[in-house]
Formats: sequence, C-alpha cells, structure tokens
Amino acid sequence: MSLWIVLTVNSVTLGGLLFLLSTGFSLIFGLMRIPNLTHGSLFMLGGYFGASLFIWAGLNFWVAALAAALLIAAFGGLIERFLLRRLAGNELAQVLVTLGISLMVADLCLVVWTGDPISVATPSLFTGFAHIFGVAFPLYRLVIIAIAAVIAIALWMLLDRTRLGAMIRAGVDDRDMARVVGIHVSKLFTIVFCLGAGLAGFAGMIGSPILTVYPGIDSDMLPLALVVVILGGTGSLLGSLVGSLVVGALYNFGQAMFPELAYFVLFLPMVIILALRPQGLFGRHAP
Amino acid sequence: MSVHKIAIGLGILCLATLPWWVGNSYYINISSQILLYAIFALGVNILAGYGGLVSLGHAGLFGLSAYAAAILLDHGAGHLAAILGALAITLAGTAVFAGLSLRATGIGFVMITLAVGQVLWGLAYRWLSVTNGDNGVNVASRPAPFGIGLDDATPFYVTTLIVFLLTLVAVAIFVRSPFGASLAGTRDQPRRMEALGYHVWLIRFYACLFSGLLSGIAGLLFLYYNEFISPQAITLTASAEVLLMVISGGAGTLLGPIVGAGLLVVMKNVASAYIERWNFVLGAIFVAIVILMPDGLVPGTVRLTRRALQAMRGSRPDAAQPRLEEP
Repeated sequence: MSLWIVLTVNSVTLGGLLFLLSTGFSLIFGLMRIPNLTHGSLFMLGGYFGASLFIWAGLNFWVAALAAALLIAAFGGLIERFLLRRLAGNELAQVLVTLGISLMVADLCLVVWTGDPISVATPSLFTGFAHIFGVAFPLYRLVIIAIAAVIAIALWMLLDRTRLGAMIRAGVDDRDMARVVGIHVSKLFTIVFCLGAGLAGFAGMIGSPILTVYPGIDSDMLPLALVVVILGGTGSLLGSLVGSLVVGALYNFGQAMFPELAYFVLFLPMVIILALRPQGLFGRHAP
Repeated sequence: MSVHKIAIGLGILCLATLPWWVGNSYYINISSQILLYAIFALGVNILAGYGGLVSLGHAGLFGLSAYAAAILLDHGAGHLAAILGALAITLAGTAVFAGLSLRATGIGFVMITLAVGQVLWGLAYRWLSVTNGDNGVNVASRPAPFGIGLDDATPFYVTTLIVFLLTLVAVAIFVRSPFGASLAGTRDQPRRMEALGYHVWLIRFYACLFSGLLSGIAGLLFLYYNEFISPQAITLTASAEVLLMVISGGAGTLLGPIVGAGLLVVMKNVASAYIERWNFVLGAIFVAIVILMPDGLVPGTVRLTRRALQAMRGSRPDAAQPRLEEP
C-alpha cells in the first residue's frame, strides 16, 4: 500500500517539475509556433548554474535557484533576440537553430562541468519527512509540489487577469489579428521566451536534489516536455498541468512496473491522443 | 554526349577505382562511411527535400534496421535471412512511424518524429533483455556474398558503392517519376493537390516508406561496417547529423545530400583527430548554415554560378529562392 502512495507522491513531484518545464515550452509553441528544442538544455543549464552557485559559491539554495532562473531567462532572451528574430517567419529554420544551439550547449556543459553527475544536497530546512496518516513523505518533494502549485496559480493570474496576459492569449489565438489591433507581438515573443526559459532554469535547479544534474538530462527532459505538449495541447496552461501530471504518473508507475519498457508506456497515451484528438486535450488547433 | 553525362561517368569511374588510387585502408573506410551516410541522407531527403516533411527521428529507423539484423544474427539467423528480416521489420516500423507522424505536417511533424525517435532510442537503451542496453549488440562476421569475403576494406567499399549506385538510380527514377512529381506537389500545394483528386496523405505515406527503406539499408551497412550497434547510433544528435547533411548539401536536390554526407563525414573524422568537441562544431555549423546559407551548398553554388554567368551576359540575375520554407 505504502509503495503506491510513494509512487503517487513521486509522480506528482515529477509532474510539478514537468509543469514548470513544459508550460514555458507550451506558451512559446503557442505564440511562436515552434517547439523550442533548447528547452531541455535550459533545464540542464539551470541545474548546472544553480548547483555551481550553491556548491562552489556558497549561496543559499533558493537564492541560487532564483539566480539561475534569471541567468537562464537572460540567456533565453539573447537566443530569441539575436538568432530566432533574424529568421522571423521561417519556423522550420528557427526550430533547426534551436536544435543547433542545444547541441552546442550540451557539449559546452560537458567541457565545463565534466561528465560526472553533480548531486545537490536538499536544502537543510526540508531534509526530513512529513508524517501524514502514518505514512512518511519526503518533505522536499512536498515543497516542490507546493512551489509548482503556487507558480501555476501565479501564471494563471498573469494570463487571465492582467493586460499582458490578455495580449499573450490574443497572440496565441491569432497572431496576425493581434498585430493588426496594435499588440507588439515581437515584444511578446521576447517576454514569453524569457519567462519560459526562466521557468525551465528554475525547474532544473529545484529538481536537482532529486534528479541530480548530469550530461544528457537535457535529452531526457525534452521528450517529456514534447509529450506533455502533445497530450495537453499547445499554448494552454491547463493542458500543460494535466499533461504534466499524466506524464509524471506514467513515468513513475511505468518505471516501477515495466522498468524496461518505461519509455514505451509513456508513449502510449500520446499515440491515443494523436489518433483521436490531434490538437491535444485542451488545445485549440493542431500543431 | 552531353557534359552532364561525361561528368556522371567520370564521377562513377573515380568512385569505382578509388581503392586503387587511394591505397590506404583508412581512407577507403572513410569513403565507405561517406557512401553509407549518403544513402541515409538520400532517404531523409525524399521526405525533407521532396516532401517538405522534416524528420528528427530517422536515426530511429536506421537503428531499428541495424538492431533487427544484429538481434536476428545473434539468434542464429543467416545473413540473408537477417537482412531481409531486418528490412521487413524496418518497413513495418516505418509504417507505424509514418502513421503517427503524418497526423501533422510542418512543425508538428518535426515534433512527433522527434518524440517517436526518442522512444526508439529509449527502447534500445532500456530494453536490456532484447537490446543489451548501453553495451550494444555485436555481430560476429560480415556476410560473404557469392563467396567473396567482405572483411577487408576494399571489398566492403565496393559492396557499399554498388548499393549506393543502385540507391542513387532508384532515387533519380523516383524523383523524375509522376509519383515524385506528385510528392513535390503535396509539398508546394497540398490543398490544390487534394482538389485535383490526389490522396495527399497516401502519397506522403508511401514517400515515408521509401525513405524508411533507404534508412534501413544504410542502417544495415552501418551495422556491418562497425560489426556493432549501440543506442549511440539512434540519438537525437544522429538524426540531427543526417538532417544537416541534407540541408547543408541542399534539400530537394539529388547531389546535395551526397555532398553533405561527404562534407560531414570528412569533417567529423578530421575534427575528431584534432579536437574533442565534435558536437559543438556540429551545432555551430547547423546554426551557421541555417542562418547564412539556408538553401544549402549545392543550390547555393548553382545559384551563384548562374548569377555570375548571367552577369557576364549582362542580364539581370533571378531572385534567390529560399528552400527552407514550411510547406
């Protein structure tokens, strides 16, 4: 019985991390119509930057995580402004550029941080266990779930209740019409790209005590974000949330029950969704 | 006899006699690599160049064929049975791959092929009882067709060359055929093709199968070349590499992917002799080519030459036509 509870908590934790990763991916996709293939790299870079600041610079864990998020957001902004913008209107070329950058980032990380995984200590406040109904839950995992929930609510407020959010939604729904009514869509591109990158970097750091940071974590996380977006639909916050929870659950239960075929289990719902509803559960238009 | 035909004849003559004027088996092996990757790139080009469908999962099909053959050989099958079995499995796998990926076109196709490719990688990496995981599968020997052993560099090169030339002829016929024209039609004007009564989805599906078959053939040559296959051959980087061969040479041209394959294999071997950071170089070339020369080296050179000729005649050069556009 307790195995099931542990698996469930782990699923929701991974779901929370995936939500932080994929919601930016999904918004970028919704707005710019491109899958940002550097998103896994941004997650990995967030982990490496944060871990370096935390371990070698001796910063507080949360300060390191925020600093990593800001650095990655700035890095994302640079990619958008100086590379993707040059190729405006040519989505395929933009995708290929993000792929090229992800290859470069992966190799540079290997040079700087070597091939050994870096394990990050859990922040000291949350190393213990929470005992609820006689079952011990690792506290840090609950903290991650709480953070993801808070960020989900904040993003919902941003998208649903603010002027900026209304502009982003307009851009996702109909980019050209948004331009016509005077919304500065290319500025939105930069804002959303920075936001998505920052969230990915933040997720990379706060996930590091659980996942560790290792070369290849970028190509482990990117397909998960892809599956989340295919499941949930592009540009939809609710879609990312539901998709992340489903993928988090499939990954953990799949690992536990069919360790050799975990990837395959992950992939089945994607097949079903593609066959029945190509635009995803909550998406408005097919990718 | 036209200049064109003489050039082709000379090219084939050079390739066929290559082992005798190169001599060193290291260079012969590199030439074999170029040819097998050229077959792979020709296969990817069917979709990316003529069909407007950019796949980031083709290394999965390449690997599927290699793994299928290696596992069949491991279970005691003969070479012919393993090769035919592997190609049949690859075709079946490609049918599933295409059925999923062709739910979308354009960027959606890129995304789904990437996800499916990663699943194939995940299977190779994790399904230990079948694929032996990261350790890969070894193949004991190369086949000996008609009693000629392929263990040395030269016979293997000649075999690869024969397969390559057959592939090239097949692709050339395909491109010039009505079917090839209809595939290009689905790339440029899918709606009009639909209105004209063509079954756009089916045309793309058949193109996928052909492309998968060529990838499978290249995968088999790769397996026999290395006598080994591991998940390393199925990574996203591998899919990106072959796509770069197609794009750098010039998508949608016959010669482009071959030039691209030559360029990348030579660079990879030269680069790895001097620097460790091949992936960085690969990524940098990717970014540079997409931004600076989006139509690839072959069309780029053709365009520049034509422009120079026209300038000499004093007429106006025609406008550049970017190739990397969404269909």
